[in-house]
Amino acid sequence: MPLTIAGESFGSRLILGTGGASSLTALEEAVKASGTELVTVALRRVEAAATMGGGLLDLLDRCGVRLLPNTAGCYTATEAIKVAHLAREAFETPWVKLEVIGDERTLLPDGVELVRAAEELVADGFTVLPYTTDDPILARRLADVGCAAVMPAGAPIGSGLGVTNPHHIALIRQNVEVPVILDAGIGTASDAALAMELGCDGVLLATAVTRAADPARMAAAMRHAVEAGWLAAGAGRIPKRFHALASTPDEGRPDL
Amino acid sequence: MSTDIEVVGAGPIGLAIGWRCAQRGMTVRVVDDGRTGAAHAAAGMLSPVAEAYFGEEALTGLLVESAKRWPAFAAELGDVGYRDDGTLVVALTSDDLAEAERLRAYQASLRLPITAMRASELRDREPRLSPRIRGGALAAGDHQVDPRKLVPALREAAIAAGASITLGEAGPAGVTVVAAGCGSAALAGVPVRPVKGQVLRLRAPDPGPPGFRHVIRGYADGRHVYLVPRADGEVVVGATVEELTDSAVTAGAVLDLLRAATDLMPDIAEYHLVEVVAGHRPGTPDNAPILGALDGRPGVVVATGHYRHGIVLTPITADLIADLVEKGVPDPMLAPFTPARFLS
Repeated sequence: MPLTIAGESFGSRLILGTGGASSLTALEEAVKASGTELVTVALRRVEAAATMGGGLLDLLDRCGVRLLPNTAGCYTATEAIKVAHLAREAFETPWVKLEVIGDERTLLPDGVELVRAAEELVADGFTVLPYTTDDPILARRLADVGCAAVMPAGAPIGSGLGVTNPHHIALIRQNVEVPVILDAGIGTASDAALAMELGCDGVLLATAVTRAADPARMAAAMRHAVEAGWLAAGAGRIPKRFHALASTPDEGRPDL
Repeated sequence: MSTDIEVVGAGPIGLAIGWRCAQRGMTVRVVDDGRTGAAHAAAGMLSPVAEAYFGEEALTGLLVESAKRWPAFAAELGDVGYRDDGTLVVALTSDDLAEAERLRAYQASLRLPITAMRASELRDREPRLSPRIRGGALAAGDHQVDPRKLVPALREAAIAAGASITLGEAGPAGVTVVAAGCGSAALAGVPVRPVKGQVLRLRAPDPGPPGFRHVIRGYADGRHVYLVPRADGEVVVGATVEELTDSAVTAGAVLDLLRAATDLMPDIAEYHLVEVVAGHRPGTPDNAPILGALDGRPGVVVATGHYRHGIVLTPITADLIADLVEKGVPDPMLAPFTPARFLS
């Protein structure tokens, strides 16, 4: 079953960010190995001119992936709204990954500014995918103002700490109707699988792949992990027990 | 045998190729459009070890080989600010140390000369380092040169060897060597893109050399910074890495660079800020240079896309390209860097 956001379908439930890539070649190999169909790019880090010789935008075009502009580096709603408009004009897409950062040390979202920016951008016709905290109430507020998905942080950006509050991620999944994409904090494949097992509809990650010693290999691992977690989430796992339960029952066994 | 060689681009790479070709008795003309190149901003670190990064083993091999040629190359040219005081890798926080250690372990696994150092050992070598630093490493073989001395020295050497250097456009020639940095994409159709870097130049408040002698490559709260002390009192602090083509110098870049620099070495705050400049590195998709004959364009050789490594790669680029031009056969060392690798 594909991931559907705002009526658009994606065969892959993995969204990749480009930040931290050591080279365009390494990034291209990772994008291909990840199987992703959606890649997020900070507007501030690239010029929209698609003429950049062998640059990032050409690369994404070559890989046949859709571009999701983001507002990374914005600290106020005003700034994020401005960057979102620039992105819509430059990349000719109303989709935006909305980031409004609260401080430089944690890079965690500022919830108040985030809701303000989301409300205005939705009213302006944007398809808004906000990067939010793992607060279930804030996630619901974002869904209520019309965001197309909510993207809670598993842990701070680039920290590789994994999903630090699994219970809240599960609560968010129950609290909103729109897709839940776990965004930020993933360190390795099992983190991504766990996020999917908690009920997330997708995972967005960058650093875990781009800064891995072998980015293409980690990208392939993430592809499998997201798929494995999604399959497991829908497969009806067994309850946890205190004591063992023999996999082959004793009753009815032949007397040998 | 005398050959007619035209080199497009009078940066360090073009001038060194012209010089080496002229030394071999070829008739050489170096042409340039007069625009400022990457060398104007470059710090001039010769850092094959501390720059070695995962997945870039072929590039590291070339950097190591070129760095070996630097002492003799510098001696031939005279005063180019060559200093062999070595490089210290310095990490501020435990997160920074983990990052620095990860890279050091990788570099050591390639048998490159790098030694882990405790904070106290680093501060014994450079007492002005902040007491807050957590640790780092010594890359004793990573040296430095001053690109603003190197370029005039190369011009002089090339002219003395019989090359002519002129402003203008490329004309007909037996062999044309495109060494035009960021301009090479338009001239030769190779995938070279400008990668903006903002660099500061400070000056020690007192006459004489700055209060430290090693190149410092720092990690400070997730920010990367380098400090390069020159014998004449200049300190180069760099550099941002931005996928942008403009040349604006920004408040944020100055703030980030100076915050990281002063976190690592507090008395940098007393130094005079004398210049902020934005340059563009000629970047390639795999961060390695593009060196060799261009398929389908007989008589055209490219030597470009040196990205962050133009200064350290100047000697070996000049030697290998002069060989190629003279003999018509590429040295096996050029194999990983051919223009053909981007054709598929």
